[in-house]
Amino acid sequence: MSGFYEDIEPGRKIDLGSHKFTQDEIVAFAERFDPQPFHLDEEVAKASLFGGLCASGWHTACIWMRLMVQHEQRLREELVTSGEPAFGFGVSPGFRDLTWPIPVYVGDVITYSIEYLEKRPLRSRPGWGLLLHQDEGINQNGEVVMRMTSNLFVARRES
Amino acid sequence: MAVSEKLYWEDIEVGKTIALGEKRVEKDEIIAFAQEFDPQPFHLDEQAAKDTMIGELIASGWHTNVMLMRMLYDSLLKDCASLGSGGLEEVKWPEAVRPGDVIRGTYTCLESRASKSRPDVGICKVVCEVINQDDLVVMSCRLSHFFRRRNGERQQ
Repeated sequence: MSGFYEDIEPGRKIDLGSHKFTQDEIVAFAERFDPQPFHLDEEVAKASLFGGLCASGWHTACIWMRLMVQHEQRLREELVTSGEPAFGFGVSPGFRDLTWPIPVYVGDVITYSIEYLEKRPLRSRPGWGLLLHQDEGINQNGEVVMRMTSNLFVARRES
Repeated sequence: MAVSEKLYWEDIEVGKTIALGEKRVEKDEIIAFAQEFDPQPFHLDEQAAKDTMIGELIASGWHTNVMLMRMLYDSLLKDCASLGSGGLEEVKWPEAVRPGDVIRGTYTCLESRASKSRPDVGICKVVCEVINQDDLVVMSCRLSHFFRRRNGERQQ
């Protein structure tokens, strides 16, 4: 995600693009996966701690995932276009410290990023390394709406 | 809804595991979720998955997360004075979720305390697990879960 393991520079932060959260989309996600009233109903949401209709935190995080995969797909295409081998996609064993410091409200535009923190080769999986990264979503006012620290298996070039 | 029908912070027992129901995970929904949120080959297509590090079609970990969320809502939050959560300390996906798996969720409160800043709010430290038909944990998470206290509704 990131391309190959060897090309990852710890400390580098990458902009993954932005997403505008519409009311229809917030409600549609909530109906499927998180039908708590403050994600569904404007009146209930106004009276809640959130003070207005807001996206499920899972929705905010799932859009990070989508933009991340799209970024990866672009990197892969660039490599293939320039005649290099394409890297294989890796899975993630999990993440920690996922926080949603403030809600994502209807109409908010969230800009997502990934920052590479550390990488190490894996003895148990030759051909793969493990990348630790920090991920963020920031709203149009510069406020952090989501942050987490994740692990990801990344393909090595010399596998 | 009458106040007595709802679960408040005081009703969540420390150390007791609450079952969150069961769900069969269909291939179509694995693919539909992936198309929308996690379009990687091992979540999209059985053939394409064969050439990947995983070698087979599996559900996105984010899909497992939201399936847990849905089970949590249907089995607990729906009838409960939940105020949500500000995040998760840890999420692990130790095993894959495959088409046809039957998963179930659990919710266990490990610690419970009243909020210092909000007298009408209580906080539970919770572990949730998603377990498959072979009793393997496919997802686990730790979170702080906020509830309204029984006295809270009267104060407002």
